[in-house]
Amino acid sequence: MSNWIDIAALDDIPPRGARVVKTRLGCVAIFRTIDDQVFAIDDACPHKKGPLSEGIVHGNAVTCPLHNWVIDLETGMAKGADKGRVNTYEIRVENGRILLDGSRLLARSVA
Amino acid sequence: MSQKLVVIGAGMASGKMLEELFELDASAYDVTLFGAEPRGNYNRIMLSPVLSGEKAYEDIITHDANWYRGHGVNCRFNEAVIKIDRKQKRVISAGGVTNYDKLVIATGSASFFIPVEGNDLPGVIRFRDLDDVEAMLVAAKKPAGKVVIIGGGLLGLEAAAALNEQGMKVTVLHLMGHLMERQLDSAAGYLLQKELESRGIRIICNAHTNAIVGGDKVEAVLLDDQSTHLADIVVMAAGIRPEVRLGIESGLHTERGIVVDDTMQTSDPDILAVGECVEHDDTVYGLVAPLYDMAKVLARTLLGEAAAFKAPEVSTKLKVTGVDLFSVGDFGEDHEEIVFRDPGLGVYKRITLNNNRIVGLVMYGDTSDSSWFFDKLKSAEDISDIRGALIYGSAAQGIDPLTAVAAMPETAEICGCNGVCKGTIVAAINGGATDLAAIKAVTKASASCGSCTGLVEQVLAATLGDDFVAPAAAGICGCTDLTHEDIRQIIKSRGLKSMPAAMQEMGWKTSCGCHVCRPALNYYMIAEYPLDYADDLQSRFVNERNHANIQKDGTYSVMPRMWGGMTTPDELRAIADAADKYNVPAVHVTGGQRIDLLGVKREDLPAMWADLNAAGMVSGHAYSKGVRTVKTCVGTDFCRFGTQDSTGLGITLEKILWGSWTPHKVKLGVSGCPRNCAEATCKDVGIICVDSGYEVSVAGAAGMELKQTVALAKASTEQEVIDLTVAFIQLYRESAAYLDRPYKWVAKVGIAWVIEQVVDDAVNRAALCERFEISQSVYRKDPWAEQAKPEYQPRKWAALADLTLEAAQ
Repeated sequence: MSNWIDIAALDDIPPRGARVVKTRLGCVAIFRTIDDQVFAIDDACPHKKGPLSEGIVHGNAVTCPLHNWVIDLETGMAKGADKGRVNTYEIRVENGRILLDGSRLLARSVA
Repeated sequence: MSQKLVVIGAGMASGKMLEELFELDASAYDVTLFGAEPRGNYNRIMLSPVLSGEKAYEDIITHDANWYRGHGVNCRFNEAVIKIDRKQKRVISAGGVTNYDKLVIATGSASFFIPVEGNDLPGVIRFRDLDDVEAMLVAAKKPAGKVVIIGGGLLGLEAAAALNEQGMKVTVLHLMGHLMERQLDSAAGYLLQKELESRGIRIICNAHTNAIVGGDKVEAVLLDDQSTHLADIVVMAAGIRPEVRLGIESGLHTERGIVVDDTMQTSDPDILAVGECVEHDDTVYGLVAPLYDMAKVLARTLLGEAAAFKAPEVSTKLKVTGVDLFSVGDFGEDHEEIVFRDPGLGVYKRITLNNNRIVGLVMYGDTSDSSWFFDKLKSAEDISDIRGALIYGSAAQGIDPLTAVAAMPETAEICGCNGVCKGTIVAAINGGATDLAAIKAVTKASASCGSCTGLVEQVLAATLGDDFVAPAAAGICGCTDLTHEDIRQIIKSRGLKSMPAAMQEMGWKTSCGCHVCRPALNYYMIAEYPLDYADDLQSRFVNERNHANIQKDGTYSVMPRMWGGMTTPDELRAIADAADKYNVPAVHVTGGQRIDLLGVKREDLPAMWADLNAAGMVSGHAYSKGVRTVKTCVGTDFCRFGTQDSTGLGITLEKILWGSWTPHKVKLGVSGCPRNCAEATCKDVGIICVDSGYEVSVAGAAGMELKQTVALAKASTEQEVIDLTVAFIQLYRESAAYLDRPYKWVAKVGIAWVIEQVVDDAVNRAALCERFEISQSVYRKDPWAEQAKPEYQPRKWAALADLTLEAAQ
């Protein structure tokens, strides 16, 4: 079951940028693309855990700041020759507010 | 006996509904129609041509007095409904009480007045109806009248173009980064802005209105940046809001709009609603096509027929003469795109695809195929078979690109920049020019903007047949075929000062670039237009965006500047205190004579910077493609061999150079004597002091490659050293490829050319120094002090939200 949490205004994230949400499972990176789509993925590159929220956002992808892996924001999959994937989370925008589905983030046990 | 139908609002939606109703059953209802305006229904979306003078009001009337009379409508125009009495099923207006069996609310929408001081001054006009148009036209009669339009959306721009036609001086203030951001992407927004500006309309994006000022009438609009824009009238076009007052006051379920179900019924079964005032399935509509769909459904509902409104795909066109743009679809679910740009013609097309189906479309400059694409979008047709030529539209289907090129006449122009036609290129190929470089050299085709490179290659392939060998791409990344040198040249020659402008005019193959090209473009525009170009932080690598070096575990290193490698006990104490306070795990002395604090957490950066600032220190820019350090020895101050004040010169140089952005990092060294303790001869610029003065050498390296510097010039005074150094760095800033260190750049251009520019030509040297100073007027400042300000905390450094304390579900 979904558990939509209002986390921020869309305008709190710069276009082609990202900010993080802290959760008990680690940071989740919230991305805003040039055409105002939003995506939520784990803020850790599948390669060496680089903070994806600090990468350059282009199209619906982000380039990890550590070793230039390119991650598809929609699927969480590494693009090109690299293999790996990060968790993605349901997210949407309503009336200029960003809503994140907290069901997985809050439900899984903390231990 | 007929039932009584009361309709509130005589706009386009209710007009369409009445037409449908009378057509289906003319005698079902006695209709009373209330309208706040003193006139019947007219085609409101054609108000822009009335404003521009291309049409008259009479041309846009859709229902005249005869029509209403003929259908027995009791018209109560110029009479607003004050209240709905649901219990007694009646409405109350100035003229009294009117009973209904069924009531239709079609109150439309109202202009959103941005909540600033002065928004109620006389002269602040909305753009909703004919009265507004007349008020604007009165103002337009005044010679050299000025209008400020707040809002660069569909409505605001139509008003802007029309009032510009009427001879007014028009300024558009738009809150967002590009025009019509809800319908257009930044590339199309850029083309639109360019077109409107070429007509003399001033457009200011990212404009935050602070206040509207004036005495007894409006006089000017004041922005947050304190700029003032004079205005005889202000047009408020910042958006519309559903007009829901009656819905709320009568207790109908109302959210943003009056909520209706698929049959257009509100929460009261005898009250229905239609048009811009309703909300259906969480959506409110402002364009005419869906409103007409609603009207048709409502007419059937009133007659007891089954009908259901289904949210349609809505496309947008701007009604400005001479501007062709088209936008449709949801950009929310795509992840593939096909982009076509023709910089010469100002054409931009972008198709977004999901699962081989078109889900979104933006076209600018050439919209001839928009309906062809729109059909494919609406029918969700699988386009995998025609994908290769899809972007070229309906005419290109069934033809492969090579056949198309082969079929082109000899006189067809291939290269617009240099006027080279196909015949010339074919002749060159037959004459032995069998690759792109040779054709470029012989015919000049693709030698300027390069956007026809693909076409030239197709001519090559078609002419050579099997002998053709596809060349490796020369472009800096997959987004372009252009080289760094080409890009620099075009940015300069075409005056490109924004990311969308650069990508459009150079025919970028993606909609917003990638991590390779964006930092390069950003640098080139900073270097070329320091005063005009706004640094694009989202196109910067993390280190330059966060002003610290990211480490492998995601922490950062912080390195304060030590001018010329000199420090003081107080500075050292402050550094030690910061290391303690922020639990810095490692402190390292660098080769550039500074102290590096490693392993700092991101959230500690601003506070740490503030502490270091308080002790008088600034950023060392150890993270930047910019000037890093000037390493010195102690020179004549202490050293028994020193010949000049190398420390003082190093500090002076560093104070001039710090903060500047360069294609790659730049390090300097100043040694006080030929023993060269500052290791100046492996730096990008190295200065060796000698008895007779100074030897300036450049283009050394001590990284992956090891290179000794080469002599640039000898100098006799400190000032000469400074001028030579600054001019050399400015020349490097202006002509090197992004990420080429000076030694690589000098290897490409030759030291002889550099000496010619910097040493031999004194006028040029002075000009280079002057341009460097202009740039430094913007960039010679401490980014740490800026970013440590409290206002950066919530919008940059803090987490967006903290869910660690939320209860588990």
